[in-house]
Amino acid sequence: MGKIDFKAILATENNFPEQQVLDEKGNVVDQDLMPDLTDDQLVELMTQMVWTRTLDKRSTALGRQGRLGFYAPTAGEEASQLASNFAMQPDDFLFSGYRDVPQLVHHGLTLAQAFLWSRGHIAGNNYSEKLQAVPPQIIIGAQYVQAAGVALGIKKNKSGQVAYAYTGDGGTSQGDFYEGINFAGAFKAPAVFVVQNNGFAISVPRAKQTAAPTLAQKAVAAGIPGVQVDGMDALAVYAVMKAARDFAAAGNGPVLIETMTYRYGAHTLSGDDPRRYRTKDLTAKWEERDPLIRMRNYLTAKGLWSEEKENAVIDQAKADVKQALAEADAVPKQKISTFLENTYAVQPQNIQEQIAAYKAKEDAQNG
Amino acid sequence: MAKKTMIKAITDALDLELAHDDKLLVFGEDVGKNGGVFRATEGLQEKHGEDRVFDTPLAESGIGGLSIGLALQGWHPVPEIQFFGFVFEVMDSIGGQMSRFRYRMDGSRHLPITIRSAFGGGAKTPEMHSDSFEGLITQFPGIRVVVPSNPYDAKGLLISSLRSEDPVLFLEHMRLYRSFREEVPDESYTVPLDKAAVAREGNDVTIVTYGAMVRESLKAADELAKNNISAEVIDLRTIAPLDVETILTSVKKTGRVVVVQEAQRQAGVGAQVAAEIAEKGILYLDAPISRVAAPDTPYPFAEAEPDWLPNSNDIVEAVKKVREF
Repeated sequence: MGKIDFKAILATENNFPEQQVLDEKGNVVDQDLMPDLTDDQLVELMTQMVWTRTLDKRSTALGRQGRLGFYAPTAGEEASQLASNFAMQPDDFLFSGYRDVPQLVHHGLTLAQAFLWSRGHIAGNNYSEKLQAVPPQIIIGAQYVQAAGVALGIKKNKSGQVAYAYTGDGGTSQGDFYEGINFAGAFKAPAVFVVQNNGFAISVPRAKQTAAPTLAQKAVAAGIPGVQVDGMDALAVYAVMKAARDFAAAGNGPVLIETMTYRYGAHTLSGDDPRRYRTKDLTAKWEERDPLIRMRNYLTAKGLWSEEKENAVIDQAKADVKQALAEADAVPKQKISTFLENTYAVQPQNIQEQIAAYKAKEDAQNG
Repeated sequence: MAKKTMIKAITDALDLELAHDDKLLVFGEDVGKNGGVFRATEGLQEKHGEDRVFDTPLAESGIGGLSIGLALQGWHPVPEIQFFGFVFEVMDSIGGQMSRFRYRMDGSRHLPITIRSAFGGGAKTPEMHSDSFEGLITQFPGIRVVVPSNPYDAKGLLISSLRSEDPVLFLEHMRLYRSFREEVPDESYTVPLDKAAVAREGNDVTIVTYGAMVRESLKAADELAKNNISAEVIDLRTIAPLDVETILTSVKKTGRVVVVQEAQRQAGVGAQVAAEIAEKGILYLDAPISRVAAPDTPYPFAEAEPDWLPNSNDIVEAVKKVREF
């Protein structure tokens, strides 16, 4: 009896240390992992993070005023979202979840379109031909199986791109999460899968999703590498993501990355109150780990950042939001006849009849 | 020209289109080296290569996602769902994702995917192999559902489906795979989507049907002819969206309708056909619309199939009732 030591097996399977480059104060703690970024790139990355923090504040306010619709707050996740996206190439294919609008915007979606998506207007989803992405995915996990498909398509096209997809901690419990990483693994397809672990899936804490001590180790089930990284540390996120991209693009197959992060705001603006399930102390603890603090300290010490620079970015973000809102407001109201026209390339009988009926209705309203 | 089974006609269509369209990809569980559990893809991997015809891990949802992703990279995926009873695993990819893709992206992207899947009763399969779940997918705008009833149509409809810019669910009735042969041209040809066929002309009653029930309806029509009842049989071929025009033209002529499906009465597309006729052709009718369908239970245990599945006798009986109304 007892020849197999299950506790020992568990201990060896659970070795996925959290990677970090900068500590909470902005000191370098791992020089070996330090990514090779120029001063300009460092400033650009910080600029994107500050811009996005301002976008989040404005979007939350606009949501409350009823000027935006569906919105999932992003504050706290800037390093996880933007440093990971910063490591990818412009023609890499992005699969975002519903909280990952900042990546889409920095990948080429116009801010006005992001606002239209929030409001529920089709113009937000009319993607330019060169934008390598699809709209934010609402069905949690679906983006993972689709990313495996795009990655296999890329491999067959030999185009050198990589597909990358985001989900949250709760999303790792879905079947499609597992099938996505497993398919990409079986086909050795160039994909990077990111799990943004912010500790909660709406109100359900991460510990209630799985007994696995890390989410990165779920990669083992697909036979692919998994890495856990400090998701509040932009440099660590960038370094790990860049290495994963290089690994995948070189034909070695996919990688799974877990970023340890936090959302300061609610799950979404649609009635969620995080005070029901999170303590003030917990949020305060994560506020000390704010990704902006450590990057600000690090860059200021290097002479690359200042209060004036930061304020200029904030002002720019506010101006961009104002401009994008104006653009979104100017987009014509949606027509049911257009929806019908976009349902099939070749219109079947029922669609033809309904187009005619709705066009008559729309003409009557306009005339 | 040679006499071919429906399964051979399907293999031929895939073979021709693999050669015609170098972006076409055929994949699924056991479709590669094994040639498919019904031999529908037999010889295709050997001829067209492992890059074009390949096996996948055993996960229907993954196959659905794989198809969407490949289409987004310019490929023309032809995935197979081994038995349509397994559709529930991939329901989101079909109903939640691919069917709405063109609409969702304002026409800026589209997905030319043809899902092939076997279904249909009479072969004494184990559970969840033979169920007629087509009605579930006909409720999703943006995807077509095609069900051929004979080898000639199967080849032409499949080629049309493979060339469609929008997703198509192509359902292959297992009982029709090898039960009879008919003349099928060797070369490529198409049968139009969204278009029903008049499988047999008649004047007294219209039988609207699809899939294996087309053969049963033709058999019933032969039987009825002996009693001087002339039945017109409409084979829907594309069951969503419906070719209402062809149905109405026939109903206008005959004034009587029996809608026949293998699916349960509360499933399939029979109710949709009946509603369209009631809305657009009620003044043509001399009798209420009748439906022949399976009982509203889950699909039967194998030994009970002969008692449960609708057949030509049920159709004859229904036609006589609408005649005598």
